[in-house]
Amino acid sequence: MADAVSGVPIGRGRRLWLYALGFLILLFLVLPTIIVIPMSFTGTRFLRFPPEQLSWRWYQAYLGSIEWREATWVSLKAAVLTMLVATPLGVMAAYGLHASRSKWSRLIETALIAPLILPLILVSIGIFFLYARLGLNNTMTGLVMAHVCLAMPFVFVTVLAGLKGYDMNQERVARSLGASRLVAFLTVTLPQVRFSVFSGALLAFITSLDEVVVALFISGGENATLTRRMFTALRDEIDPTVAAISSLLVALTLTLLALGLVFGDRRAGTR
Amino acid sequence: MTVSRSAPTVTIREVTKTYGRFRALDAVSLDIAAGEFVTLLGPSGSGKTTLLMVLAGFVRPDSGSIRFGETEMVLEPPHRRDIGIVFQNYALFPHMTVAGNVGYPLRLRRVGKSEIARRVEEALALVQLQGYGERRVDQLSGGQKQRVALARAIVFEPRILLMDEPLSALDKKLREQMQIEIRQLHERLGITTVYVTHDQREALTMSDRIAVIDQGRFAQIDTPDRLYERPANRFVADFVGESHFLPVTVADGSARLGDRILRLADGVRPPSGAALLVVRPEKLDLAEGAGEGLNRIEGTVEGSVYQGESFLLQVRTSDGNRIAMRQPTRRAALRRLPQPGEPVALALHPDDTILVAAEPAP
Amino acid sequence: MSDGAGANAAALARAERREAQGLFLLCSPAVLLIAFVIFLPIGWLFTLSFTDEQGAFTLGHYARMLHPAYTRSFQTTLELSFLVTGICCLLGYPLAYLMSQVSKGWRAVIFVCVLFPFWTSLLVRTYAWLVLLQRRGMVNTWLQDVGLIDAPLRLVHNFTGTAIGMTQIMLPFMVLPLYAAMTSVDRDFVKAAASLGASPVKSFWQVFFPLTLPGLLAGVVLVFVLCLGFYVTPAVLGGGRVLMWSMSIERSVAVYSDWGAASALGVVLLVVTLGILWLMNRLFGVGRAIGGR
Repeated sequence: MADAVSGVPIGRGRRLWLYALGFLILLFLVLPTIIVIPMSFTGTRFLRFPPEQLSWRWYQAYLGSIEWREATWVSLKAAVLTMLVATPLGVMAAYGLHASRSKWSRLIETALIAPLILPLILVSIGIFFLYARLGLNNTMTGLVMAHVCLAMPFVFVTVLAGLKGYDMNQERVARSLGASRLVAFLTVTLPQVRFSVFSGALLAFITSLDEVVVALFISGGENATLTRRMFTALRDEIDPTVAAISSLLVALTLTLLALGLVFGDRRAGTR
Repeated sequence: MTVSRSAPTVTIREVTKTYGRFRALDAVSLDIAAGEFVTLLGPSGSGKTTLLMVLAGFVRPDSGSIRFGETEMVLEPPHRRDIGIVFQNYALFPHMTVAGNVGYPLRLRRVGKSEIARRVEEALALVQLQGYGERRVDQLSGGQKQRVALARAIVFEPRILLMDEPLSALDKKLREQMQIEIRQLHERLGITTVYVTHDQREALTMSDRIAVIDQGRFAQIDTPDRLYERPANRFVADFVGESHFLPVTVADGSARLGDRILRLADGVRPPSGAALLVVRPEKLDLAEGAGEGLNRIEGTVEGSVYQGESFLLQVRTSDGNRIAMRQPTRRAALRRLPQPGEPVALALHPDDTILVAAEPAP
Repeated sequence: MSDGAGANAAALARAERREAQGLFLLCSPAVLLIAFVIFLPIGWLFTLSFTDEQGAFTLGHYARMLHPAYTRSFQTTLELSFLVTGICCLLGYPLAYLMSQVSKGWRAVIFVCVLFPFWTSLLVRTYAWLVLLQRRGMVNTWLQDVGLIDAPLRLVHNFTGTAIGMTQIMLPFMVLPLYAAMTSVDRDFVKAAASLGASPVKSFWQVFFPLTLPGLLAGVVLVFVLCLGFYVTPAVLGGGRVLMWSMSIERSVAVYSDWGAASALGVVLLVVTLGILWLMNRLFGVGRAIGGR
């Protein structure tokens, strides 16, 4: 009770009920995704828990398939490119908006986070429609452009939050001491908001990697993404290969998340 | 690092800055002599920080001119103005060591490595932080941080030093010590300095001249003693020092408090029209006998407060206004204090008799 | 170099404009890209929704939406969205409340559990449900082993499965604003109520709960709006039997190449979404909470 942020003192009996209920809800949130991992090591065509015999069969099936390998390569390439483009764009926009006192800033800010709010299905068919006229469907360029639009808002929002917590006087001091605005930004401001930039970039990477709906419309042929192929596979049958891929994706995102936490902890340590 | 190579004069002419309909600076002009220490003093929102930001180049005025020596600077970006600046919150770079912070302006100027090390150590010695170079910024106390910020602002021998309430985050004792130190540093370096504060005591302690600013205009620009002893208007009299005001009528060139003609210092003429007598507690004394040659104010004691170094006597004058009088607790000066309810006569020396126009400052 | 009033005014104004333009220039690549890839096509679809094959103005695409095939998908969408939002409230409120009650360490654990789905792929989570809920999946096997049921239940490729999957995916969007609202409730308020003799139950419903309503509302709006346009999970878990609004749009394009119908459906979805967000923002100022996905 000492640590409670707020709330009503409740009786012991009710408390136990609350704990039990909370535990079940947490299981509901986490367990279904986690349980796929042991199941993916099954040796049979059928996914069971616990698996009857352990084997690498479905991981071998994944690695042995040219289609899956190609799709993985496409997804990773798109995610890296998206991150590389979205991060500088988002950082630039966040800085520009933060430093300006224009009456347009509110409008620009809304425009930049709009991709997070607009219904994704509408955005998807819109991009599909546009790309059809430009010949960008099923191309890496088109895919990255679309993913940058979806991922950039995350970079923008995180970096803007970082800048709001940063003391602009530091940059002013640097400028008065003889640094041009760019030099002051690179030597003083950027090092201080690097964790926001880092987590923004991470989010951009994951957004692109996990994105399904837009890819469904505009990525195909040799540029079909992993998620697109998975989606198609899901609609047909329950292919245990997908369990192996899912496990790998979960492992990858958890690694990235842990990486982010480690960096976050280091920041907390220096303060 | 002795005397700054070329402390320039600073000429501020007709600088105006508006935010929408709000006039932050209203055609202000100020001449600062080479090597002078000038303080901008005013309440919050008066425009003092805006003017400092205009000098630094972070705020672009709507119109006006800023000259360092003969060079027009108003269009120059901050990094070409060659100014050192110290902010209230220090604004040290947390990702650099103390030496990294102080050496930053030198690295930008592509000074050689050994030369940087030498000058950084020299600047740190000036602010009494020898040997602190390798410390991390977050290991320093508030006072030490402000010294580092100061060292960083002077290490490259800037033409002008700007300080924006640099001491207001420190506790009282440290603040008073730093006031003296900054003043001594200024005397050693002879660097033209503009200092912003809302603390009138700090301004009086440190400055060659004080520019009192109110609602985007200068209310008075003067030396500390003249500012205190001869405030030009009600705003200055009220803002600098503790003051009470008594209405005075002016007719035929002489001022009357009630039915008595006020004696004024030689050569001082009362303002025309309605005026106010500025009454400061420490300028009043208990009138003994007739009080030859002194102005006399009569009233009733309402209360007396013991404040350590003095008693503060609250008095209501016979025409109903409240004033206060300070009586030192030093034995030699301490006389029998009138008790609450007793009538009392207070004496004011003609040289301490200050009149200001009754209208609020323009 | 004149000293008169208005000196340098023109040059200063020019410099000020140049700086503002420079800062805007920094935003412009991002703004232009989003304008080109997101806004331009949506505007294009908007005009398409009012145009027939000959390029003349028509309201036909909107009129067609009254057809039972479409109205059924609206109905399904609304039913699912309300149901999922409701269950999210019932599950999210106790969880957020628990989070505000436990010690710091446990709070961190719960936080990770709530954020975990945020970080893992939507598709992976959906797939997991498919595996668990299928005819011979874990849930059915377990229920049969325990003896609760004799024959496997139909848990997936229908409304039930879709609702279960969507609820799990939407729950974090409910918990986070709720938790934020609960932490901002002044503890002294609640203590004061208790000290004035209100019973725990009474002080919960009369003091604490009303103070957390803005957070609940933010969560409700967020979840509801996201449900309205949801595609992936209903498409997979519904197995083609649960036809959502978003799927009508997808089919109009992918199967029938009927851009007029797809555009009209999309425009209505957009207007409804923005309308709800706007209304809630106007009434309760919850726009800030809509920062998530």
